[in-house]
Amino acid sequence: MAIDFKPSGADLELIDVRKEFPGFVALEDMDLHIPAGEFFALLGPSGCGKTTTLRIVAGLEEQTTGQVLIGGKDVSGTKPHQRPVNTVFQSYALFPHMTILENVAFGLRQRKVEDPLKKAMDALNLVELGYAAQRRPQQLSGGQQQRVALARALVNRPALLLLDEPLGALDLKLRRQMQIELKAIQMEVGLTFLHVTHDQEEAMDMADTVAVMNKGRIEQMGAPESLYDRPKTAFVAKFLGQSNLFVGNVVDSNAASVSIEVGGHKITAPKNRAEKHTGKICIGVRPEKATFHRSAPKLGADHVVVGPGEIIDIRFTGVSNQYLIDIPNIGEVTVFAQNVGISPVVELGEKVWVSWKVEHSFGLADLPAGNEEE
Amino acid sequence: MAFAAFGNSSATEHKGPTKSGGIVLALLMPGLIYLGLFFFTPLFSLIITSLEAPAETGGIGEYVYAFNVENYSYVVQNYLPQIIRSFYYATVATVAALLISYPLAYFIGVKLRNRPLLKSLMLTLVIAPFFISFLLRTIAWKSIFSDGGAVMQLVYNLGLMKPSEHFLGSDFAVIFGLTYNFIPFMTLPLYTTLERFDVRLLEAGADLYANPYKVFTKVTLPITTPGIISGTLLVFIPIAGDYVNASRDFLGSAKTSMIGTMVESDFLQNWDYPSASALSVLLMAVIVILVATYVRSAGTEDLL
Repeated sequence: MAIDFKPSGADLELIDVRKEFPGFVALEDMDLHIPAGEFFALLGPSGCGKTTTLRIVAGLEEQTTGQVLIGGKDVSGTKPHQRPVNTVFQSYALFPHMTILENVAFGLRQRKVEDPLKKAMDALNLVELGYAAQRRPQQLSGGQQQRVALARALVNRPALLLLDEPLGALDLKLRRQMQIELKAIQMEVGLTFLHVTHDQEEAMDMADTVAVMNKGRIEQMGAPESLYDRPKTAFVAKFLGQSNLFVGNVVDSNAASVSIEVGGHKITAPKNRAEKHTGKICIGVRPEKATFHRSAPKLGADHVVVGPGEIIDIRFTGVSNQYLIDIPNIGEVTVFAQNVGISPVVELGEKVWVSWKVEHSFGLADLPAGNEEE
Repeated sequence: MAFAAFGNSSATEHKGPTKSGGIVLALLMPGLIYLGLFFFTPLFSLIITSLEAPAETGGIGEYVYAFNVENYSYVVQNYLPQIIRSFYYATVATVAALLISYPLAYFIGVKLRNRPLLKSLMLTLVIAPFFISFLLRTIAWKSIFSDGGAVMQLVYNLGLMKPSEHFLGSDFAVIFGLTYNFIPFMTLPLYTTLERFDVRLLEAGADLYANPYKVFTKVTLPITTPGIISGTLLVFIPIAGDYVNASRDFLGSAKTSMIGTMVESDFLQNWDYPSASALSVLLMAVIVILVATYVRSAGTEDLL
């Protein structure tokens, strides 16, 4: 078996990969390139095709059409055991009849690598489980099993490490801790990681590049900051964090900005932050970028002001308060305010105006569901 | 005790709360009484009988207790071919049943996992033969393989066997009958183990560079070993003592007699009760030793 193991990861390329299951299409002609050494996250709700993508890369599922290239080499049609990739499974899938050490050494033994037990022990020490080497998987906690699964994959130094929601079964605190460890290990070993998750915080926290998937295709791809700052579709705007979205017809368009009219208010976005400049478009803003005022604010053209509206809900979440404001003819607008004061600065039912800087607006390429173009 | 191996579960013993000790004992009583009356008493009686000698009066079938250990050396000398044949048949038939049952149980327990209706149907088919007495089924095989039957006519016409040869009465016919009759006892324990087998481990194995053969030998087989042990024991033990298939009234002949055949004829035809008893005790002892060695060497201490 001639598997080419790159010392520092290889790049992954998917060309027009399509996967059809009886009755539905799981992946629609997907093109994807992940450079070597990158931490790449596929993010999306369940059923969006992210796990199918991972399984196709691992060889556990065969694509209907298209090509999979690892390190420039076409691996389409090869069996899982012939591919230089390893997977950390969501269920961990540790072998119950073997010790932890033998579990980790399994891949090395299959490839007849010299000194498998010593290398396995080193990998266990990397995930700080050297003391548990002689135990059985059933004797470990979920978090420990997860680390064994990671060690079992990492010890092979695969060109590409696939992570299938490996932290999904862990509680929140352990999950955050494992995220930090996983990221540190990735930086240390320098492998290419393909991480599949539905947890947007996890994806943004760990990945260099995030691809948001929906209904079998990638909606948007980029660095976490740019994805969050400038979502291009309604799906991304709502799946990745929260957004206030406003739909209206373009009433003003100049070199710098584009404005729509919604319920008697003018909502403006910078032209370079808007995907569409004509017709019926959607402009949004993140809740933490907006502030509210007790009286109508006197702000210049560099601000958007909507209101007045009534505060209908206040939710205390610790670091911030989330205010839900119902503005006539516009709908509900969410505003996050840091809890820097002593108590909520406004009361339920109070009348407020909402404002934000035009530069924080973003214009989407499509419209939210229920606002389809006539 | 080795017989714990019949249970598939590796459940560990729990110490019951001592307060309910009286209730536990009360619940155990029927079982203990049953075992005492219908297992230990006959066993004791059998051992006593195996040491008897012919009565002075010289009547046929009359014996008195004499601590006559020579009965054992007598049966070993006289019945050595049958003893060897019994364990030879049992070994071959057990291996054959395993080779047939494992793929079948794998298919039902793993491949049909998501097809409950088909799975139930297949399981019913495995158990279905039990609805008819195994004596009848064995007789049916006898008539199917009789020299004048269609099957044998075809065999003769194809030149696979000479007209002077017979299938019935051969080693192969007896082993065939034994395998056939005991296959469900192999399939069911294998099925219960394979049904719970986590197929995601197959993907993990493949992902870790093991080809399908290696995945089978390194993952599937070791994990399903408890089922294999249960099945082989459930099949091997009764086959070693079987007296039906090898009988000349069924699939066998004088050349295929097993220990069971000899016990039957000594008890019922020759009225040689001490020899029959000694042979029975011997068979039991050999099986216990074999089973204990087997379970121990299979490395499944948790079964013991």
